[in-house]
Amino acid sequence: MGMPRAFRSRPLPLQEPASRGSITMASSMTDSHRRFLQVLMSNGIIDAAEARRLHRFFCEQHKVYYAHDKLDDFIGIINTYLRPLFMEIRKGRSEDNGKIFYALVNLAITEATKVASDYAENELELFKKTMDLIVESESGYASSTNILNLSDKLQSKKMRKKEVEHVLQKFVQDKWLSERHGEYTLHTRCIMELDQYICETYQDVKKCNICHSLAIQGQFCETCGIKMHLPCTAKYFKSQPEPRCPHCNDIWPHDTRDLVQPDSHLSPRIPRTPRRISSSEPK
Amino acid sequence: NTKPPRVFPRDSARSPEPGPTATPPMPSTSSSSSSSSQAQKKPAKRTEAQIQQKVNELVQFLLVKDQKKLPIRRADMVKTILQDYKDLASVIIERAGRILEEVFGLQLREIDQKYHAYILINKLERLEGDGMKMDESVAKMGLLMVILSLIFMKGNSARESLVWDVLKKLRVDPEKRHKTFGDVKKLVKDEFVRQKYLEYNRVPHTEPPEYEFLWGPRAAHETSKMQVLRFVAKIQNREPSSWVSQYNEALQDETASASAAGTGN
Repeated sequence: MGMPRAFRSRPLPLQEPASRGSITMASSMTDSHRRFLQVLMSNGIIDAAEARRLHRFFCEQHKVYYAHDKLDDFIGIINTYLRPLFMEIRKGRSEDNGKIFYALVNLAITEATKVASDYAENELELFKKTMDLIVESESGYASSTNILNLSDKLQSKKMRKKEVEHVLQKFVQDKWLSERHGEYTLHTRCIMELDQYICETYQDVKKCNICHSLAIQGQFCETCGIKMHLPCTAKYFKSQPEPRCPHCNDIWPHDTRDLVQPDSHLSPRIPRTPRRISSSEPK
Repeated sequence: NTKPPRVFPRDSARSPEPGPTATPPMPSTSSSSSSSSQAQKKPAKRTEAQIQQKVNELVQFLLVKDQKKLPIRRADMVKTILQDYKDLASVIIERAGRILEEVFGLQLREIDQKYHAYILINKLERLEGDGMKMDESVAKMGLLMVILSLIFMKGNSARESLVWDVLKKLRVDPEKRHKTFGDVKKLVKDEFVRQKYLEYNRVPHTEPPEYEFLWGPRAAHETSKMQVLRFVAKIQNREPSSWVSQYNEALQDETASASAAGTGN
């Protein structure tokens, strides 16, 4: 992975940017940007509606120029300052409902991140093995029973059933996993953060035929084996009289009537960030 | 009844959770941190780019370390990040501090001049509906606020026994396991003290030994006497100025910190 472009060596401007009347035209960081960033640092991931609300609220609060359709530019400014620090705010889509989310992700592992100690070694190992189960499953979910069985096989310190349950709860709380009916999948945040790692580690992982992003959850064509996200499928088949596989043209073998439409009116692109589809938390 | 006033020490706002900390194991991508692979002898000349790299790594390090709210020692910064660049420590730390302010709105403050320990303080006030994560730390900050108020109203120190009595009256019994706080004594005597919100000192000439609580340096940085006084005033439905000596003390404290800020402290 290429390193972010070298941070300019001259010091950052410390004065407030030039004001037009009492409104600040922002091309450098203002308190509104900093608040937005702090929210992302505190939550890890937020949905698009919340992002829009905060954008407006913080710009009003600090009298920064606001236009409702300039959220991506607003985030772009923050990212200019974040990338030299090996972080960025990324836009992604939930695999469940196609909704758009913004997450703060790491761009690289460095000496600093190695000292992070949120989880014990055996907890990290359990996570890794859980992720194996999830990615290699057809449904994109791993049952708690199967995860419990994994905990017996840990190479690091063994975990009892209660500890496993507690750790799984932590992973859900920290939004690395999401849970539904006792089964676990990767949270949208996790997929957005570990996108590259997953592609590199799991050679056979499928990408969605429509949007070409990672597909942990999705539907398969039984004839040719391609995979599609549920929201992508919904959007694709909406305009089709008869649902057919986009690749081999056979009748699509799954029920397409109840698929949730993604919010298609929102553009999925922030400059420099490829569009992604990710799994999400259950609402 | 009345909503608790939002003058709590700025908790969740000031403990940001950057992605790095929570990231499950990833293979080491090509980190440009070169100090581990370089020969041990000090390089003759460092480029601006190399120094900037160290600054950026230090910023990350400080964000990660501050998560637990324990003070970060300069010695740790040197050992983990600065390494060969130890001689440029002051410069690098200062630049990292500027980036933390400029990008994150966090201030790097030295709270211990002797051991060179630092904390990060949030420069941005909490707002209602500011979107910050609301977790169990909100409750802890509420409890802390009660204790800080007690200490201040009692003339800047409060006996341990008094603190437990007050908490017990608020149905946070230190002798029992609490639904939210768990082991209350451990939280107050251990966690809050380690995080530098409180100080726990032995009262001299007491036998058997008695202890008292004072404000710690983090409390002084994250809130103020005036904010705490307003908190008490709101709860008791009185004017802050009705406590004459505390009010004057709070005013003096405000003036003092205003002039300290003015001198670029």
